[in-house]
Amino acid sequence: MLFRIYRFDPETEQASSMQEFELPMQRGMMLRDALLLIQEQDESLAFRHSCGEGVCGSDGVNVNGSNTLACITRVADLKEPIEVRPLPGRPVIRDLVVDMSQFYRQYERVDPWLKPSEPLPEKEILQSPAENEKLEGLYECIMCGCCSTACPSFWWNPDKFLGPQALLTACRFLADSRDGDKQARLEYLDDAYKLFRCHTIMSCVEACPKNLNPTKAIGQIKSLMLKDQS
Amino acid sequence: MKTVQFDALIIGAGGAGMNAALQLADAQLQVAVVSKVFPTRSHTVAAQGGVNAALGNVMADKWHWHMFDTVKGSDYLGDQDAIEHMCREAIPTVYELEHNGVPFSRLDNGKIYQRPFGGQSQEFGGKQAARTCAAADRTGHAILHSLYQQNIRAKTHFFDEYFAVDLIRDEEGFILGVLALEIATGEPILIESKATLIATGGGGQVYRTTSNAHINTGDGMAMALRAGIPLQDMEFFQFHPTGIAGKGMLITEGVRGEGGYLINSEGERFMERYASMAKDLASRDVVSRAIVTEINEGRGCGPNKDHVLLKVDHLGEEVVAKRLPSIRESSRIFAGIDPVEEPIPVFPTAHYMMGGIPTDRFARVVMPLGEEQDEQNAVIPGLYAAGECACASVHGANRLGGNSLLDILVFGRLAGKDIIDYVKNNPEHRPLNQASVDRALYRLNRWELPPEGEALSVNELRCELQKLMEDHAGVFRSEEVMQKGVLKLQALRKKLAQVRLQHRGKVFNTARIEALELENLFDIGMAIAVAAANRKESRGAHARPDYPKRDDQNWMKHSLYFQQGDRLSYKAVRSTPLSVESFPPKERIY
Repeated sequence: MLFRIYRFDPETEQASSMQEFELPMQRGMMLRDALLLIQEQDESLAFRHSCGEGVCGSDGVNVNGSNTLACITRVADLKEPIEVRPLPGRPVIRDLVVDMSQFYRQYERVDPWLKPSEPLPEKEILQSPAENEKLEGLYECIMCGCCSTACPSFWWNPDKFLGPQALLTACRFLADSRDGDKQARLEYLDDAYKLFRCHTIMSCVEACPKNLNPTKAIGQIKSLMLKDQS
Repeated sequence: MKTVQFDALIIGAGGAGMNAALQLADAQLQVAVVSKVFPTRSHTVAAQGGVNAALGNVMADKWHWHMFDTVKGSDYLGDQDAIEHMCREAIPTVYELEHNGVPFSRLDNGKIYQRPFGGQSQEFGGKQAARTCAAADRTGHAILHSLYQQNIRAKTHFFDEYFAVDLIRDEEGFILGVLALEIATGEPILIESKATLIATGGGGQVYRTTSNAHINTGDGMAMALRAGIPLQDMEFFQFHPTGIAGKGMLITEGVRGEGGYLINSEGERFMERYASMAKDLASRDVVSRAIVTEINEGRGCGPNKDHVLLKVDHLGEEVVAKRLPSIRESSRIFAGIDPVEEPIPVFPTAHYMMGGIPTDRFARVVMPLGEEQDEQNAVIPGLYAAGECACASVHGANRLGGNSLLDILVFGRLAGKDIIDYVKNNPEHRPLNQASVDRALYRLNRWELPPEGEALSVNELRCELQKLMEDHAGVFRSEEVMQKGVLKLQALRKKLAQVRLQHRGKVFNTARIEALELENLFDIGMAIAVAAANRKESRGAHARPDYPKRDDQNWMKHSLYFQQGDRLSYKAVRSTPLSVESFPPKERIY
């Protein structure tokens, strides 16, 4: 199998380049396994990874033009040569490692925590199974960044447009029957940039390795706003 | 060198670290959390099944029954004061988590959903209980993200992607903070603190086949060892019965809690022979040994007869989709099967360290300063440990499923509360100890010194270590195998001095991090091997064919491993609970 891997090292002052590596095909090999084998040949290759099973969200990369998690991407399903690049639109720190701080700042801007109505009960806040089901497809996000870094609106305005990940999170709290701050959340989001830079291109949906649908969540926020205004 | 000061320092941003940070930040303390990965990448995120608390939402339950199950599950090696404390604190801890936003699954009456898990009973060993609070099969993810979110609200200061190299310690034994490495720049930073919590998780990477993440390298435990603090009960390493065969990824016990069961090559539900009452929900050590025994006796499945099967298809698609969605996804990706149609090939996988840094029930680190009972547990002022890296000891020789999330959350929370008092009473930073800083800096930089003899690579030594541990400290352990293991490991450890970096860049040099992690793995691997080779009985996860019985007369005691001279000592189990009668040791039957 032929791999072409994006390389960049700010300490050498050289421009970025694509480096080729050849690996024998192994049954059941995931892209992360392949990157680890390449690292055995060349320990200077930098990439983030940890759980190896698609829950920690560390190893988002761009493969043959699509964002995905390396650990749950089967090499056998990829076309050769397999081109691996860092997630697009973010500053590269080294090789496949990008600076995600802007992405995290946007997440923080939506007040991503539950604000339950006071006073709190002594035991759990009750929630019906139907109400709980409304969180499905929203709370499972692993913050890998595949969606936001696949979004052209986020590329152009990463500081103003919140991006699909942060908006999915905003929707997760708007959808929670226990949250007591919906009005303020909606008012905050009602902004030409924060929310309305989404042009429903749906790159985020295609990119999400957990099969979540941020575009749908953004639609949900918009319809809540309409309801709120009428 | 850049130096910063905080009231409290927390190393590790998993459930324990973040629940502690939340208490501290909400009390307006200056708190720093150092994590080698972005907080939501911490391994708590991978916990599937849930967290135990006797809420009694599904059927009658009491913390006292939970306590009994935990003591029995520990094979009577757990400290009963700490266990009582944990089981009582479980209830307010879970309610607090719920208030903090954790999206727990729900029952029809709106309460938190609870599922049955292994080793749970009503009425002190009676019928199966349902005690595990779950958010589908993503409970760890749901909890970790909620805790991170609350810490954003509380304005906790995070040092994301900073690797803690070593604790800084003065001559009197006080911990003054930590030397850390900013991974993105390669620059060291000194973080001084009045109180320090080690919450760095486990070290499953010491084994070749493990459910643990790449980051689980026992960093905090190794740092404690190097600071002269012993590690307790390190011989007790849990092999989870159901890892995906050949890969090691975890299939939650919740699968069996929801009605899944194991079969051998003859299609027999073999757990009926090993645990007539609890069957597939017997304690993890029991089920893991049963699987290995079935395979050793020729009843393994597959062309190589090297695994057994976990049958799920009879539960129906609806239950699997609703309660076990991630398991279905993992099975499809890594085993290439849909559990709704085919059984999952499974084999025990290295999963959890019962041992760790010795603490009391307030998460304060303790170590022996004398022979008397009280002197065995002298508190190190201002130093705390919580979660998998700590040993309170609530799990003893074997941990029950659902008690791990509980442990991290309860003791993280308690550590936070205790640190608030400690800092109030000790408001000043102690003077820095330069010798200790220099030692840490040497450890950080020594990978670039000219090699003495042949330079070895991190990767080759790590592979050797992992294979050695698998072969010599696995599910079944005999005298000869373990003694040989210790000797081999001592020889291999010498080679560590020859390891050198080939890539010496400063910016995001993962090779440098892996070298530091490798040293940590050696430190804890040694603790495991030495403690295991010396315990001449079978108890919980420590199973010896040559000493098949538990020996309470001689061995109902905790082991303490000191790095200096690979020395062991022992201390008594604390069998007296806080408010109830002690549970005396009994034969453990499921």
